[in-house]
Amino acid sequence: MSSDPLLRVENLKTQFFTETGTVRAVDGISFEVYEGEIVGLVGESGAGKSVASMSLLRLVESPGEIVGGTIEYKGTTIFDLEEGPDGDLRKHPDMLSEAAMRERIRGREIAVIFQDPMESLNPVFTVGGQLREFIELNRDLSSSTAKAEAIRMLREVGIPDPEQRYEEYPHQFSGGMRQRVLIAMALACEPNLIIADEPTTALDVTVEGQILDLVDDLQERYDTSFIWVTHDMGVVAEICDRVNVMYLGEIVEQAPVDELFYETNHPYTKALLNSMPRPDRTVEELTPIEGVMPEAINPPSGCRFHPRCPDAREVCTRVHPEAREVDRADGHPHRAACVKHDVFDVGYDESVPLEDGADAKPSGGETEAERGSAAGGGHASTDGGESR
Amino acid sequence: MATTESQLEDQEPGAHAEGDTADEAVETRVGWRYTLAKVRRDATARIGFYIVAIVLFIAAFAAVDSNLSRLTFGAVSDYAAAEALPIFDHPTRMPPPGEGNPNQPPAFLDGGTLSSPLGTDPQGRDYFTRVIYGSQVSVSVGIFSTAIGLIGGTIIGSVAGYYGGRIDDVLMRAVETLYAIPPLVLIIVFIVFISGGSPDIRFAVVGVGLTFIPVFARIIRSRVLSVREMDYIEAARAAGVKDRNIIRRHVIPNSFAPVMVYATLQIGVTILIVAGLSFLGYGAQPPTPDWGEMLRIAHGRYMHSNIWLSIWPGLAILVTIMGFNLFGDGLQDALDPRIKE
Repeated sequence: MSSDPLLRVENLKTQFFTETGTVRAVDGISFEVYEGEIVGLVGESGAGKSVASMSLLRLVESPGEIVGGTIEYKGTTIFDLEEGPDGDLRKHPDMLSEAAMRERIRGREIAVIFQDPMESLNPVFTVGGQLREFIELNRDLSSSTAKAEAIRMLREVGIPDPEQRYEEYPHQFSGGMRQRVLIAMALACEPNLIIADEPTTALDVTVEGQILDLVDDLQERYDTSFIWVTHDMGVVAEICDRVNVMYLGEIVEQAPVDELFYETNHPYTKALLNSMPRPDRTVEELTPIEGVMPEAINPPSGCRFHPRCPDAREVCTRVHPEAREVDRADGHPHRAACVKHDVFDVGYDESVPLEDGADAKPSGGETEAERGSAAGGGHASTDGGESR
Repeated sequence: MATTESQLEDQEPGAHAEGDTADEAVETRVGWRYTLAKVRRDATARIGFYIVAIVLFIAAFAAVDSNLSRLTFGAVSDYAAAEALPIFDHPTRMPPPGEGNPNQPPAFLDGGTLSSPLGTDPQGRDYFTRVIYGSQVSVSVGIFSTAIGLIGGTIIGSVAGYYGGRIDDVLMRAVETLYAIPPLVLIIVFIVFISGGSPDIRFAVVGVGLTFIPVFARIIRSRVLSVREMDYIEAARAAGVKDRNIIRRHVIPNSFAPVMVYATLQIGVTILIVAGLSFLGYGAQPPTPDWGEMLRIAHGRYMHSNIWLSIWPGLAILVTIMGFNLFGDGLQDALDPRIKE
């Protein structure tokens, strides 16, 4: 793997300034995407996954705003701030202008596949017309060449009879077929990076499987990098090379996929994994995560996961850990943001376990009662995605 | 567009397997074709559609042969009317100057002749001819005025709705200020101010069109507010499409259906308003054969001596407006996804 990442995100912060207060949707996340890699971005609804991915294209809508951090793509600066002469933060002069973002980055270099295939196609135009529009725009092709290319792409993503389907409207396509069209749209502009924002959430598992196979196949052939946003650990296991687990706007664990599944280093990741069925483990009952994720408008003190964490101790309410390298695997760091690891050295071992935390610790006898209390919607693996 | 409805029906992600792509071609419900099919099934809408079609056809092609007093269709050259002002640069379509006996009653009354079926006016002009030519004025007035409101309102409303924030505030407040003034006052002031004392139907058309901008702007803005949140707008932005093209290609076409319905209804209203303006003397000027203008003359001096002079243009206005209203209502029902057949 090359040493220079395709995309480097450092300490990215995106906030929404609402009337009730500042929502810190993305609060200082850092990650890299290398060429030819599929990087997962996992978390519950409201963890900030979608906002994070839209921030990469600078498409955060008002009242949201990127307030800090650096986004670098292939050496060009997508977002950066610097300190002005009066001490205020201002846009870095190297930062791409809005027009440059539109003309050079969006679609051309970084494309997006959206969550809902039902709503991501304009209902009043033919599928082919929309595909052609994007190709014309991002590849400077003539109208007729773009049409030929659009038909080729439709065939490429496995749509039968593409010449005829080219003339049809989105409502004449089934969900899976529409998702294929969206993938064709993203790939057709030949980007180097595709952000897939929960693209299989709206599909049933059979179709989801087909789409994942297709993406795997196309990814190999086109050598496109992906950022795969999802809440489904199963999809992560199937498709991703490396994973970032997000909780309440922060990345709590970051590791290559196998490492994450077998050497889990953060209690949240562990809880997520325990809450879903796994083919490699047999359990009597699945363990849901206790409670609901708090609002990002007023995050808990210390570690943000401590109110729901089975391993929480007194120190967790005070110390806010950022992700630190706790291990290495396949040449990539394994980072975790949990003070129970020795690298933090804040006295976790001496600290007293939290009462609440101890209660929440899953043990065989009290699962009935627990399920009742968790019915509020805390299931991590069954949420229906989120709207931006 | 009707696609919103058909979308809902197709939207059963789990139910359809991959290859099953709902194109049994039994009923391909695509946009306008589907809408028109629905309009055709509705009796009132169908009547409205036929009336509108007939009026449009007459307005576009009819000319009256002055010698035979017969409707002919196509270009007629010998009507270069000496006394007529050109309406929208169609001098050859003007009615002939009066040649018959003045104040002749309609054909079915004593003293009427078949050569002037609706009688003649006090200047001896064939009234049937004038009513027919009046359709040209009324229809073009209705369409042009509505078009001004439609285009202006669509641009303002979609830009305001798409960008939101301050742009929205400025545009919509400006438009609402216009909306707050009673339209007739606004139109008359506009006509008097612009025409410098010699009113003309063209000023009336523009004036009426301007007063429609706020309504159209508000209708389309309310649709745009929901359309702009759709994923395909986000997808277009993420693909690097310019805002201008997003508005033109993605926002407006998806917000247009209610505006289109309103415009159809509005054509009728416009015709009525302009007829009213002509009636008040701010619209068409004599001898332009405008229905409102004809009513003004007929009602002013001849109400008692010849009531038929008031009845014919009145009937023409009634039928035309009814046609547009019925058609507009039918269109509204056809485009409303909540009304299922």
